[in-house]
Amino acid sequence: MFDILRESFRTGVVTTSFPQTPPDVSPAARGNLEINFPAWRDPGPAAAVCPVAAISSADRAGIRAVEVDLGKCVFCGLCAEIEPAIRLTNTCTLAVTAREKLKKNAQYHLAGGVQGEWIPPAQTGETETAALGGELKTNITQIFGRSLHIRQVDAGSCNGCEVEINALNSPIYDAERFGIHFVASPRHADMLLVTGPVTRNMELALRKTYAAMPEPRLVVAVGACGCSGGIFGRNYATVGGVDSVLPVDVYIPGCPPNPHALLHGILLAVGKLKL
Amino acid sequence: MNALPALQPILDEITHRFGDRLSAPRLERPDEIYFHAKLDLVSGFCGHICKRWNARLMNVFADDARTDDGVFYLYYVYALDSARGFIILRAPVPPDQPEFASLTNAVHAVNWQEREVQDLFGLRLIGHPNGRRCALHDNWPDVHPLRKDFDLRATLPPFQGPRHNFRVVEGEGVFQVPVGPVHAGIIEPGHFLFSVAGEPVLYLQLRLFYTHKGTEKLFESIPANHGVRLAESISGDSSFAHATAFCHAVERAARMDAPPRARALRSVCLELERLYNHIADIGAISNDVAFIVANSHAMRLKEKILRLNECLTGNRLLRGMACLGGVRWDWDRPRLQAVTDTLAALEPEFEAMVGLIENSSSTRDRLENTGVLKPEVARDLGVVGLAGRASGVDADLRRDFPHAAYDSIQFRVPVYQAGDAQDRMRVRVDEVRESLGIIRQLIAKLPGGTCRAPMPEWPAGRVALGWAEGWRGEIFHWIRTAPEGRLARCKVKDPSLQNWPALSEAILGNIVPDFPVINKSFNLSYSGTDR
Repeated sequence: MFDILRESFRTGVVTTSFPQTPPDVSPAARGNLEINFPAWRDPGPAAAVCPVAAISSADRAGIRAVEVDLGKCVFCGLCAEIEPAIRLTNTCTLAVTAREKLKKNAQYHLAGGVQGEWIPPAQTGETETAALGGELKTNITQIFGRSLHIRQVDAGSCNGCEVEINALNSPIYDAERFGIHFVASPRHADMLLVTGPVTRNMELALRKTYAAMPEPRLVVAVGACGCSGGIFGRNYATVGGVDSVLPVDVYIPGCPPNPHALLHGILLAVGKLKL
Repeated sequence: MNALPALQPILDEITHRFGDRLSAPRLERPDEIYFHAKLDLVSGFCGHICKRWNARLMNVFADDARTDDGVFYLYYVYALDSARGFIILRAPVPPDQPEFASLTNAVHAVNWQEREVQDLFGLRLIGHPNGRRCALHDNWPDVHPLRKDFDLRATLPPFQGPRHNFRVVEGEGVFQVPVGPVHAGIIEPGHFLFSVAGEPVLYLQLRLFYTHKGTEKLFESIPANHGVRLAESISGDSSFAHATAFCHAVERAARMDAPPRARALRSVCLELERLYNHIADIGAISNDVAFIVANSHAMRLKEKILRLNECLTGNRLLRGMACLGGVRWDWDRPRLQAVTDTLAALEPEFEAMVGLIENSSSTRDRLENTGVLKPEVARDLGVVGLAGRASGVDADLRRDFPHAAYDSIQFRVPVYQAGDAQDRMRVRVDEVRESLGIIRQLIAKLPGGTCRAPMPEWPAGRVALGWAEGWRGEIFHWIRTAPEGRLARCKVKDPSLQNWPALSEAILGNIVPDFPVINKSFNLSYSGTDR
């Protein structure tokens, strides 16, 4: 008993102060793609090396539309190795509230099959993520009486996402400091945290788990496979991303998303919930 | 090409014994030799090579070669531990008579593998003691996804009928406890049906393959270099081991070897993967017997290694590091120093955590004699990896079939005999200590040169076996090449597939509340099994 206490005191507090402070990730970590669209001359080579077809382009009526889908991206960095217009940053907090927001789009003039000038996009407004922790506290207090209960469902993942979700219960990330608990039953849950791709064999179990939850309820899709089906996509054994089965409130990309990214996505989902 | 000297007498004896019923040996590599024979020789060959040469039948799988050769092939892979080589028997199955005789009654270890062939290829098993479906659930239509005429993107109709047909267990006071597929914790899905009388478990029926994702079929549709990323997604906690085994197979098919520095870095990564998983499991096992503080320490230590992984490879699970021909990133001095420093700081903390666990009498009380897998049962079921080593099975690919850089270093393979949860914990503790030593040796004499060699073009129709000792146990990938850098077949064998049936044996007579810790002490991958 004495040894246990001594060891705990010796260790001290190890919990991160995220989200008050930035995520503590290595500069070498591969996160968000920074794309210099005006300088990108041809998406073909990058699309060819992408193992998950996250980079695509379509030519129509003198316009080439290029799309980079972070919902599919496994952040392997192969595109950046050959394409100087693409750079991987170590930004990992990439969760969004709509699938479309994971897509980076650009348009180019096309002349005789050759890509020309980049067409600057029309102005759009982007506001998200600021002061997450504070917002969360108010929302949780209002709706769930100081606590958010999460039921995690592995609907077919490779277990990589589970490794990282488990870390939320570690003393480093300690989700409990936000009143976030992982619970054993969907009956007790406010949020369904789903990893995918959803397999044919798990589709029914996933639907039943969702049906067993009381309202209001949230669904968060985790990882490239949860967001889009990932490297597995749709095939005879899988039905694709989580949103092909359930309505999804927040998408957390990554392969797997690290615990900071997971926390960020969960907090984002709760911030969104307004009754 | 000549066979390994130690294999030659075995090949001579086999050739002499079976005469013209066996083809001449075909050498793919000096340690990978193929024989071709008719189906009716499979059983006799198996009996002989196992008894006479102490061979281990570790892999049974099929390949649809109807377009090229007009037949299906069955492959039986025998490991000859003493000779450090593999002998592989190939037998054709004609499409108009799609059936083959089961070996399960003689070699229990191939039970699930044979049934998987039956499900995925539609080759009917004759004489299997339990020839029910295994890889496909009972409500799937009559499809055989690994046949070449089955489309990967096929949309199957809605499934109907009962998902599982269970065996009936009856008797006074006997009742059933169904669990899953969605479990209580943050773990993968699978269904367990316990038949219990009072508290002790009489019988456990496992139904897995809930996470079947068509992975092997998918390998056939993508270029081999993209296959490396897919291999990383077979079992996330073994990303690097699977990717390395896959690269190993493709490199062997291309008749090339990764450069020495790449092999050393691969070994370091394999050991880092072993470290974070073993430390996490030591904590999780303690957690399941209510020693929660140990788990907190373990998660804290695991995090240190995941962050080291991120600093070394850009990804906490070492993803992206593996590639055909070597590894993608070389490590400079500061990175190598980071490995040394992190592990030096980790070691005393790890020993302190182990000290807490060893001094906790309640933990020991719950783990000793819990979930006993007897050595003879483990041998019969062909249990591999750390679960095998906790039950007296002295096998480790790192020592027996050295891959990566394991032929250049010294280490001990811990083996225990009791086969209980405590021994599975002990094996992990010992292996963590060994891993620390292995990494130190590798860093101390890291070869110079390049960490990645260009892949030569390889012809279609080559076959090759690749392997790696992952933290759970032996991982095998077998490939047949197709034109233009693609694969016609990739068979993936995760150690979990081999070890799951052992769980049904280890649980017998234990109480249901001990199941979580017994399950955790094996910690098998569902995704690796289901693919």
